[in-house]
Amino acid sequence: MKRTTTATFGALAALTLALPAQAEISDDVLKIGVLNDQSGLYTDLAGPGSVEAARMAVEDFGGTVNDKEIEILSADHQNKPDVGSSIVREWIDEEGVDVIVDVPTSSVALAVNEITREKDTALLVNGGGTTRLTNDDCSPTTVHYAYDTFSLAKGTGQAIVQEGGDSWFFITADYAFGHSLEQDTAAVVEENGGEVLDTIRHPLDTSDFSSYLLQAQGSGAKVIGLANAGSDTTNAIKQANEFGIVQGGQSLAALLMFITDVHALGLETAQGLQLTTGFLWNMNDDTKAFAERFAERRDGQYPTMVHAGVYSSVSHYLKAVAEIDDDGGEAAVSQMKQMPVDDFFAPNGEVREDGRMVHDMYLVEVKSPDESEGDWDYYNLVATIPGDEAYKPLSDSTCSLVN
Amino acid sequence: MTELLGIPPQVLFGQVMLGLINGSFYALLSLGLAVIFGMLNVINFAHGALYMVGAFVAWMMLNYLGIGYWPALILAPLVVGALGVVLERTMLARLYHLDHLYGLLLTFGLALIIEGLFRNAYGVSGTPYPIPEALAGGQNLGFMFLPNYRAWVVVAAIVVCFGTWFLIERTRIGSYLRAAVENQELVRAFGINVPLLMTLAYGGAVALAGFAGVMAAPIYQVSPLMGQDIIIKVFAIVVIGGLGSIFGSMVTGLGVGVIEGLTKVFYPEASSVVVFVLMAIVLLVRPHGLFGRPRT
Repeated sequence: MKRTTTATFGALAALTLALPAQAEISDDVLKIGVLNDQSGLYTDLAGPGSVEAARMAVEDFGGTVNDKEIEILSADHQNKPDVGSSIVREWIDEEGVDVIVDVPTSSVALAVNEITREKDTALLVNGGGTTRLTNDDCSPTTVHYAYDTFSLAKGTGQAIVQEGGDSWFFITADYAFGHSLEQDTAAVVEENGGEVLDTIRHPLDTSDFSSYLLQAQGSGAKVIGLANAGSDTTNAIKQANEFGIVQGGQSLAALLMFITDVHALGLETAQGLQLTTGFLWNMNDDTKAFAERFAERRDGQYPTMVHAGVYSSVSHYLKAVAEIDDDGGEAAVSQMKQMPVDDFFAPNGEVREDGRMVHDMYLVEVKSPDESEGDWDYYNLVATIPGDEAYKPLSDSTCSLVN
Repeated sequence: MTELLGIPPQVLFGQVMLGLINGSFYALLSLGLAVIFGMLNVINFAHGALYMVGAFVAWMMLNYLGIGYWPALILAPLVVGALGVVLERTMLARLYHLDHLYGLLLTFGLALIIEGLFRNAYGVSGTPYPIPEALAGGQNLGFMFLPNYRAWVVVAAIVVCFGTWFLIERTRIGSYLRAAVENQELVRAFGINVPLLMTLAYGGAVALAGFAGVMAAPIYQVSPLMGQDIIIKVFAIVVIGGLGSIFGSMVTGLGVGVIEGLTKVFYPEASSVVVFVLMAIVLLVRPHGLFGRPRT
């Protein structure tokens, strides 16, 4: 009896020891799930474009990783955390998905973040912006890639306060992302000697902003900060124009704006706005090459920083998986943290302990119609914000993974 | 300065004014829905999509044909009305003898198809439509800066709503329509072409939606999603006003606009739900709506 027990223990121990060496790509296929908004207000900035970007990354990688097939799935989370969660659970439990990519709409990203942590699945967030993903809610299986609300605040917020815009009124989308962006920007404003006069929180996906704009106008604040995204931002800017906000001496700060938003608004309305982005498509030959390939496959739509981030994050993830021949969430992400990122999106990027991918951000100003040399030529580069200034320093992080 | 509920009166006036402007859109759309339900017994879920089509037709006219805002204000509703006539003749007319539910399912499906087609072609971010030059700029009313275009929206919407009400309640053709609603067989016996009346009613009502779409184009982004955003609210308004009540839908449209505007001052977070809360309360107290009467 005793001998059998010892033998069993011995066998078990041997098995346990052998396991790491046997780690490999589960089910002999690597499945990438692109989860985002495919029908609502964030469709253009992420949506099918992100799926295409992931496809390009897989093709450029050769279509297989260590001779295992790579497959891409995609789904529409409708900007609802419950819908997103149930898709991800099904993907992981039924389909064997190994990595979830994109996930705009921070409330959905936070919900998915909990599931991927529990199920040891990698999560590469590009569309979502909340800094909670790398602070209170950080996870060993999550990488936050393209940008976050801190970097937007640091870029746009700081530039505007330093130009004299020292009293702010926020119009904020009433969910995780808006709150995070408002908070981070308010902190930057106050740090630089400015003050926040008031804040209004509007429901996600609002079409009429006149009421909020009128209240902002009445507040006498020098700057009206738009802590929202997508069509919420474009509608607010369009209507601010109509109500003569800028002519009246107040300025607008679009804290998050994508190139697709500028395209939708038109330069006539958008000119002169300062904004922060993680990707400039006409920065150099490499970025141009990617953008033009992307546009060709997307009927002329140029990539947003989310699209470029999806491409870069998927490539980096595939390299990591190939290196360790393991698609476990924590294993892959910790390998991603070991390897530097070096591509057109982030020439000197690095994934930190807290999951934050640190790379340069760009403060740009929207060109006037005369300056623009054609469709999608929209930005003048004002300043490059080096990665270590653009992102929240590790020493201030509240992430439990940071010692 | 005296304050009302902690808000300076100027701010309050401004918000009431803005509420009326938004209410004008609600009124134009809910009026069309009420006409269609009253006359055809159809719950027209495609109304929001047709409102969006109106805005897009105006945009296409400007960008592809160089036709400006003013001609588009007439032409786009005609195009949308014609589309409505085709939909009614080829599809809806076959469903009148069935339960409401079939009309609802058909129009809901149509709305999804129309919106899907536009989304595929134009993306969701939409495209800008400039404010016509004659109405650019605005007036300082003392308590607020009122863009000229918005003032025009209120005036035009009220004129059009009143015109529609007058047509239905005070003219001969309107009396035929109302009679056909009460008793089709009898009206037909008098030699009146009832199916034609129905077609005209549907075409006219969706033309109103197209008109609202053109009016909305310079204010909002012209986007395939614009109809979705507004249609659910408009349905709630029709229910509050009383299904099929033309006068009720107009008054309720304006009223809800104002209430929503005030919510945006006192508790902005609730501005997208307030209309549904109102609907629930009205249904509890007056199940037939504020201006509705029980249907037999």
